[in-house]
Parts: sequence; C-alpha cells; structure tokens
Amino acid sequence: MTLKKDFVKFDKVDKSYDGKVLVVKDLQLDIEEGEFVTMLGPSGSGKTTCLMMLAGFETPTHGEIYLDGNAISSIPPHKRGIGMVFQNYALFPHMTVYENLAFPLRVRKIPKDEADKKIDKALSMVSLQGFAQRMPGQLSGGQQQRVAVARSLVFDPQLVLMDEPLGALDKNLRESMQYEIKHIHESIGVTVVYVTHDQSEALTMSNRIAVFNDGKVQQLSSPDELYEKPVNSFVAEFIGENNTFTGEVSEISGGKCKVKLANAEIIANPISVKGKGEKTTVSLRPERALINPTDKMDNNHMGKIEEVIYHGDHIRIRVNLLGNSEFILKVPNSSSNLDIKLGKDIKIGWNSDYARALDPK
Amino acid sequence: MSSETKQILTTDGIPLEVSLKKAERRNKIKAFLLVAPLLLFIIITYVFPIGDMLMRSVDDKMVTEMLPKTFKAMEKWDGKELPEEEVFAAFHSDFIKLVEEKREGKLSTQLNYTKNGFKSIIKKLRRKSKSFEEGNYKEQIMAVHKRWANVEYWQAIKRRAPAYTGQKYLKGIDMFKNEDGQIVTVPEDRRIHRILWLRTLEIAFFVTLFCFLMAYPIAHLLATLPMKYSNLLMICVLLPFWTSLLVRTASWMILLQQQGLVNDFFVGIGLVADDNRPEMMFNKTGSYVAMTQILLPFMVLPLYSVMKTISPSLMRAGKSLGGTPFVAFWKVYFPLTIPGIGAGCLLVFILAIGYYITPALVGGASGTLISNQIAFHMKSTLDWSFASAMGLMLLTGVLAIYWVYNKLVGVDNIKLG
Repeated sequence: MTLKKDFVKFDKVDKSYDGKVLVVKDLQLDIEEGEFVTMLGPSGSGKTTCLMMLAGFETPTHGEIYLDGNAISSIPPHKRGIGMVFQNYALFPHMTVYENLAFPLRVRKIPKDEADKKIDKALSMVSLQGFAQRMPGQLSGGQQQRVAVARSLVFDPQLVLMDEPLGALDKNLRESMQYEIKHIHESIGVTVVYVTHDQSEALTMSNRIAVFNDGKVQQLSSPDELYEKPVNSFVAEFIGENNTFTGEVSEISGGKCKVKLANAEIIANPISVKGKGEKTTVSLRPERALINPTDKMDNNHMGKIEEVIYHGDHIRIRVNLLGNSEFILKVPNSSSNLDIKLGKDIKIGWNSDYARALDPK
Repeated sequence: MSSETKQILTTDGIPLEVSLKKAERRNKIKAFLLVAPLLLFIIITYVFPIGDMLMRSVDDKMVTEMLPKTFKAMEKWDGKELPEEEVFAAFHSDFIKLVEEKREGKLSTQLNYTKNGFKSIIKKLRRKSKSFEEGNYKEQIMAVHKRWANVEYWQAIKRRAPAYTGQKYLKGIDMFKNEDGQIVTVPEDRRIHRILWLRTLEIAFFVTLFCFLMAYPIAHLLATLPMKYSNLLMICVLLPFWTSLLVRTASWMILLQQQGLVNDFFVGIGLVADDNRPEMMFNKTGSYVAMTQILLPFMVLPLYSVMKTISPSLMRAGKSLGGTPFVAFWKVYFPLTIPGIGAGCLLVFILAIGYYITPALVGGASGTLISNQIAFHMKSTLDWSFASAMGLMLLTGVLAIYWVYNKLVGVDNIKLG
C-alpha cells in the first residue's frame, strides 16, 4: 500500500469573511496520508479557519480543497466522513457516552452488534471501558476529552481534525493526553490535522508542523527542522527561545556573512540575505551559545551577566552582549565549574552556522 | 470513648453544635426578615382570597339563616307529598320576619337560582300575607298562587337547607341535583358550561401550538444571530410587552374587522371576493390570532434562554459525525431545547386558559372562554359563589395540567432563564 503524498491538498485557497480582509492568503498545503500535521500559529493567524474549511463549516472564497483526490468544496460536512474533535469537546450532553459514540454509527446504519464492537474498541483505545453508561456531565475534563477523541475515531474516518482539543485541560493532564493522542495516531495510522497555539504541544506530537501567521504558512517542516532551521524571523521567534541581533550585512562570501551591528561585527549563516547592505535579523538559539568555549568558535565576545535565574535542571543567564541586554544563555546545572556571578564579565562564543541571518523584523 | 468523640467543644467550651446553631439562627432570622414582606403580601393577596373563594363557592348559609324555623320543621318531612301545616306555619313566621327586615327580595333571588318561578310568587305572597289570618297557613299560602301548592317548589326550598353545598360545582359542569337527590345532566340545549370548558381547552391548546411553531424559529434566530442584530430583534419581540394589552387588542380589531386591513389585503390580492369578506373577528379566529400574538413573547423568552446555552459546536459535531442537518437538529439540538419548550408551553397554556380581556373584545359569542363566563357571573348576575366555584375549577384544572406535566417531563426540566 502506497501512501498518498497529497491526501489532503489545499490548492491556492483564499478565505475572507467580510470581503475586505483575507484571513487565509493563497494557501498551498499538501498533507500525506497517515501523517500528523499540526497547524500552529498565534490566534487570528487563520489556522482554525483552515480547519473549518477542511471540515466543511466554512467555504473557501477562492481555490479548492482536495481530499483523496476529490474536490470537496461542494460536499456538505456530513458527507465528508471526517472525524472532528472540538475545542470544548462538543459531547452531546443529553446522551450517555455509549450513545455519543453510537451516534456516528447509527446515522451510517451500522448494525447494532457491529456498532457495539466498534464502540468497545474505541473506548478501550482511550482506556474508558466501563464508562459507557455515564453521562458526559459526570466525567472529568480529561475523560470528556477522551470520549471526544473516541467519538471522532469510532466510525473509522480516514482523516481526523482536532481543534485545540487540549486547551481546557491543566498542564499535567495536557501532557499525558498529548502522548496518548500521539500513540493512538501511531497505532491506527489515521491522518490527523491538529490545530494549536501551543508550540510545545506541536513539537511533541507532530510529524510536520505548519506555522501560520497573517493568513500564510510561514514554514512547513518537521519539528526539529522548524526549531533548528527556521526560515524567517517570525518562525524563529515563535518557536522556542531566541536571541536576536539586528544589523546590516557588510560582507557575504563562501556561505558566511558578516553582519555589522551598532558597535561590533558578527559572523552569521546567510539564510535569507542575498547581498551587501541588506538589513537582517540574526537569530541564535540560547543553547548554541557557550560560556568560555573550549572548542574553536568563530564568534567570541565578552558579555556582562545581568540576571541569573535558577530553573532546577538548568540555569538561565541574562547577559548584556553587544548592546543586546536580553541575550539569554542556558547553562546545564551540572556545569558547576563555571563561575557565574551577577555583574561578572564572561566570554561567550558560538559557531556561525547556528547564527542564522534572516529577514529583518 | 464514644462520648468523647461525640462532643466537640469550641475554644470557649461551648459544644460545637450549639455554637453552630446559634450562628446559623441569626442568619436564618435575617433571611426570614428579607422574605417576610413578600410572604405577608402573598398571604394577604393570594392565600386569603383563594381561601375565601373556596368558602364562597360552597357557602350556602344565606337561605339557611333566612329560613331557620322552616328548615327545622322540614326535618321531619319526607319530601314526597306537600308538607304539613307545621312547615307552612314556620315558613310564614320566617317570611314575616324577612318582610319586616325588607330581605324577602334576596330570598326570592336565591330561591330563583334553585328553581325558576320563585320571584313572582314570593312577591305575590308578600302582598297577600298582610291580610293573612292566624292559623291554617297551609290553606292561605296555597291560595296565593297555584305554585305554592306544587310540591316541587317546596322540594326546592328544602334543597337549600344545608349550610354548605356543592351544587355550584355541579352547575359548572352542567349538572344538578334533581328532586330525588340524583345528580343528572341538564338538557342538551342548556349545556353552556361544558361547551365553554372544551372551547377554553381547545383555544388554549391551539394558541400554545401556534405560539410554539412561531416562537421556535424566532428564538433560534435570536440565539444564533450576532449580538447587534439579536438585540434589535429582541426589542421587536419585547415591544408588545411595553404596549398596553387593550391597545394591542384594539389594533387587532382594526386589522381583523370585515372592512379592516387584512380583509382589504385579501380582496386586493384577489384571494376573496369583495362581497364575500370572511369574518375574522368576534369568533374563534379572532381569539386565536390576537391571543397568539399577545402570548408569543412568553414562548420566545424561555426558548431563547435555553437555546442561548446550547453551544453551536454541538450542531457542528452532529454534522461532522455524519448526521444530515435534519438528523443533527432532531437528535442533538431539539432534545436540548425541551426544557425551554416545556417552560414556554406551560406558561402560554396556563395564561391562555385563564385569558379574559382579549377573548372578551375580539372573541364574540363563539370565541369567549370560561373566564368570560366567570366575569359575567361576577359582574352581571352577581352569583359570586358560582363564579368562585368556576374559578376554583379552573385553578384545579391548571394544577392538574401541571401535575401531568410534572409526571411526563419533570418540573426540574423547566428552564425559564
């Protein structure tokens, strides 16, 4: 069985609610069969609108969406056969858990004994056996969430959409549910499109992440690539922590560039800068900068420690470096040999490969 | 051991329970004082009048007190043949006293309720009784009018002997206790109340149905529209509340009369011929139209408040799980609105069943309800005990409907907001 590369395809999709502002601009997105794709972005970035267009509750203003090769814009939601988990679970409060799960099977006229088997299977998948006769109101938030997941999967859809399903849960529960949903996805191989604004959730669960901003996909790639190799400064800012320097390219050659800051010059990796004189924002992950580096680094500068915050497993140090007083360093707690004191000047070095010169903010 | 654990003392050494009761007593008194004005108001304006109504509807002391000697003498009478001289003498003595107090008119009214024809013979008896001689009153009274020699009239008097009676209730359902003490139905051509009861139920039922059919989509629209539109619509729904009931009813009279706007419109679009304009007022149609319009907000508001709480994602969930829009509505949305439907229907039905002004103005003869009959007896015939009896029957009916509703749907399923 070959997996389709473009199981879900957004083809030049535009969406506007009022005819004045485009909420989604020229969206081009392919999702592979069996993939777990997360749409990540700040609120108002158009990610939920995309999900609603896929589910059929909104129609694209322009362009077409294909599911398994078929255009679906004119198909009403109930004929698309897409499972969906809603933000507030949307369990039917007047039905028991069993009846909630039976609903999609009953409308598909599946015989009762077969339906019962499917319901049992779906409930055991989310480890809620024995809860079939409870009302949703008698369940905790996490249990309701599991029922919602089970309900979206019980009729064996090819595609499941999840709209910030863990938003209402507390932190610990959210984390354990993340793993649970990930495992369910791995065991049944269903295609999942997941919407969230929580980047750690996206990084933990997804095969690929589409970072949305301003109605556009800024970057679509695997979690590690997204973190290690952001293609523009929005993604670099949005995913994880980030140290930035803004300046102007003064020299570009041999896969390296020199960036002139207000009162210094650093060497960076030119990603989206083409020539001399361009403005740029250089992005560097905190863990890539080292104190008193033993290896040879091509950037070495002195900085003054302004704040030390104890985080248990690591220590965050805020340093004033090259005019940037918000420069963050993360030092593992084990490296106790370092002499970190407030107000002390330290030597900081990093490899220019990790300092990505991106578009100016 | 156990006694030690039983008594928990506060730091001052007072048992905890005593201390708690003391602390709560103050709150209870405060709470009661807050409620007291309303409680008093309800007792004065609601409990007492209803109690009085109950008493009035069964109270038949008036005649009992007017003819004490007669009823005492009648105790021995078997009620089959004309009574003995003793009864006539007692009646005469009671009657003379009433004439002296100028109360014989009231007696004639009261006896006339029991049997028609008493009015004239009592008037005649008053005139003739001035020239009565002592003794042999039976002969003298029977000579006044031939009805006084008819045993049925004496039986009618005897029927008024008990101080309490249920006959007003029987009358309310077109039944009465006949001369033999049997409960029978009045002849068919005089059964007015049964028709009224049935018509009241019928109109209340259909008004509720029409209100429901019209209010459901409005309430749904109100609950789903964006705030700025729904506020405007809500004002439109509430507007009738701010207008006098009389004004609204009168405007229906303008609209519905034969030369009115609605008829003009029908003629204008060629629906009916000009010389054949339908009568839409002073009949049931008038009552239906006007009552539905007036009671509509009472259906819209509870429905709206329930629908407002239903998350739109539930319908979406229903559709995304494969239900057609109809299935999603019927299986998901509709069951969740039942508390609102229950509240609205109960409210409208109960209001409609006792509706008075509107049917009185636009209902005509065939569109009046039982409450109009009650008002008629309050104002025109002054038979307050009968009006009270019918009022109580209405109240009992409403309570019965409430009870049935509670059994079927459950009162805790009502949601007014």
